Amino acid sequence: MSTGSATHPPSTPPTIRVHPRPPGVAAVVLALLRKEFLVELRTLESVPGMALFAVSTFVVFHFALDATSVSGKEASGVLWVTLLFAAMLGVNRLFVADAEQGGFDAFLLAPVDRSALLIAKALALLAYLVVFELVAVPAFGLLLLEPSLGQSMPDLLAVLALADIGIAVIGTLVAALAVQTRARDLLGPLLALPLLVPIVIGAAKASAPLLAITGAGGSPTRWLLGLALYDLVFGLIAYAVFDFLLED
Amino acid sequence: MYGRGLRPLSLATAAAFTVALGLVFFYAPLEADQGFVQKIFYVHVPLAIVSLCGFVLGGLLAIQHLRTRDSRWDMRSYVAIHMSLILGVGTLITGSIWAKASWGHWWVWDEPTLVSFLIVFLLYATYQPLRFSIEDPERQSRYASVFAIAAGAFVPLNFAAVRMSTGYVHPRVLGDTSNLPGPMALTFLVSLLAMALLYATLCKYEMTAKHARGQVRALRRKLSGEVPAQGRSAAPRLSGPPALSGTPAPSAPAPLSPRPAGATATGSTTPAVGRPGG
Repeated sequence: MSTGSATHPPSTPPTIRVHPRPPGVAAVVLALLRKEFLVELRTLESVPGMALFAVSTFVVFHFALDATSVSGKEASGVLWVTLLFAAMLGVNRLFVADAEQGGFDAFLLAPVDRSALLIAKALALLAYLVVFELVAVPAFGLLLLEPSLGQSMPDLLAVLALADIGIAVIGTLVAALAVQTRARDLLGPLLALPLLVPIVIGAAKASAPLLAITGAGGSPTRWLLGLALYDLVFGLIAYAVFDFLLED
Repeated sequence: MYGRGLRPLSLATAAAFTVALGLVFFYAPLEADQGFVQKIFYVHVPLAIVSLCGFVLGGLLAIQHLRTRDSRWDMRSYVAIHMSLILGVGTLITGSIWAKASWGHWWVWDEPTLVSFLIVFLLYATYQPLRFSIEDPERQSRYASVFAIAAGAFVPLNFAAVRMSTGYVHPRVLGDTSNLPGPMALTFLVSLLAMALLYATLCKYEMTAKHARGQVRALRRKLSGEVPAQGRSAAPRLSGPPALSGTPAPSAPAPLSPRPAGATATGSTTPAVGRPGG
C-alpha cells in the first residue's frame, strides 16, 4: 500500500489531448468532400477529361451515324451512352489517389464512421457528374440535337438528376471494389455496366419523348419512379456492404 | 466429412433425372403449336430457375461469410456462384435453340426474361476475374462476398426493371402454373426437382474436391516440410491459414525480455497484414 503510493508520486495526470467525442458523420463528410474538391481543383484529373471525352464522343457519333442531327430515341441513346462512358472515366479515377498515396490508411486510422467515406465519395462523384453535364448536355444540344433543349429542360433535369444519383452510388461501390485489384481499369467498367443497365433503361425511356422532334411530350412518371426506387435500393445496399471493403 | 452423403445425393439425382426424362418423352403431351421443340422447355426453364436461385443463394451465403468471417461460407458462396454460372451457360444455349426453333431468331431483344438473364450473366461473368485479380486471400474473399451480396440483390431488381421496359411476350411459367395442363405441370415440377438436385450434387462434388485438395496439400507440407508453390487462384482456399500461423510459433519460445519479442512479433505480422508489394 505504502510502497505503491511511493512509486506513484501524486502528480498531475499527463496531459493527453482527447477529443471530447468523435466528430459526427456530417462533419467527417464535409471534411472529406473539401479534400476531394481541393484535390480535383489542384490536379484537374476527372472533370475536364470527362467533358472533353463527351464532346469528342459526340463528334464520333456524328460521323459514325452519318447524321447532322438526331432526335427522339436516337438522341436519347446517343446522350446516355456518352454520359455513361464519360462517367466511367470518373469512376475509374475515384479511389486511385487514395489507394496509391495512402489516403485509405489515413482514413482508417481516424476514429470516424467508415460510411462517411462512401457518402463523401458518392457526393463528390455526383458533383463531378453535375459539373461535367453542365458542359456535355449543352454541347449535345449544339452539336447533335435537332429540337431545341429549352422547352424540355425541367423534365430533362429531373431525369439527369435521378440518373446521376444512381451512377454516383453504383460508381462509388464499384470503384471501391475495383481499386484494390490488379486489373482495376478493366474491372471497373465490367462491373459497373451491367449494374447500370436498369438506370440506362429508365433514363433512356424517360428522356426519349423529351428529345422528340414533335414538341416535348412529358416523360412518363413511372420511369422517374423506377429510377428513384433503384437509386434508393442500391444506396441502401452500398451503405450495408461498404464497410467491409475498408478493413485492413 | 465433406464427402458424406455424396453417394445418396448422386443416386437421387440420377433417379430424378431418369424419371424426369421419362416423363418428358413418354408422358407429357406434345404441345399443339410448337410440337416436339417445346420439350426443351423442361430443360431450359429449370436450368434458368435453378441458376438464378443459385446466384441469390451465393449472395445469402456471402452475407453469412461477412458475418462470421468463416472461410467455409466463402467457399460455399463461391461454389454456388460457380455452378450457377455453368448452368447459366446452359440456359443461354438452350434458350437460343428454343428461340431459333419457335421464333426463327437466335436472339430476340423484346424478351424481358432473355435480356435480363443475359445482363445478370454478364455481371456474374466478372466474379471470377474479380477474385483472380486480388492476391491477398483474405481480401479476395471479403471483396468477393461484397460483390456477391450486391449482385445477388441486383438479380430481382434487374428482372423488375427489364420487365417494366418491354411487353409481356415470354411464357411466364412461375406465376401461373395453372395454365399448363396437368401432365405438363407435373413433368415440369419433376424436371425442376431433378435440376435442383443436380445443382446440389455438383456443388457438393466441387466442395468435396476443393476440401480434398486442401487436405492433400497440407499433408504434403507436413510430410516433406517444403511449401508447395501455389499459383494465384480465383478459388478460395480452406487450409491456408493454419499452416501459415504454425510456422512462426517455434521461433518465439524465449520471451524473456518483453520488448524484443514484441518488436519481432509486430515485425513479423505487419508484412502479412499489409498490402502485397508486387
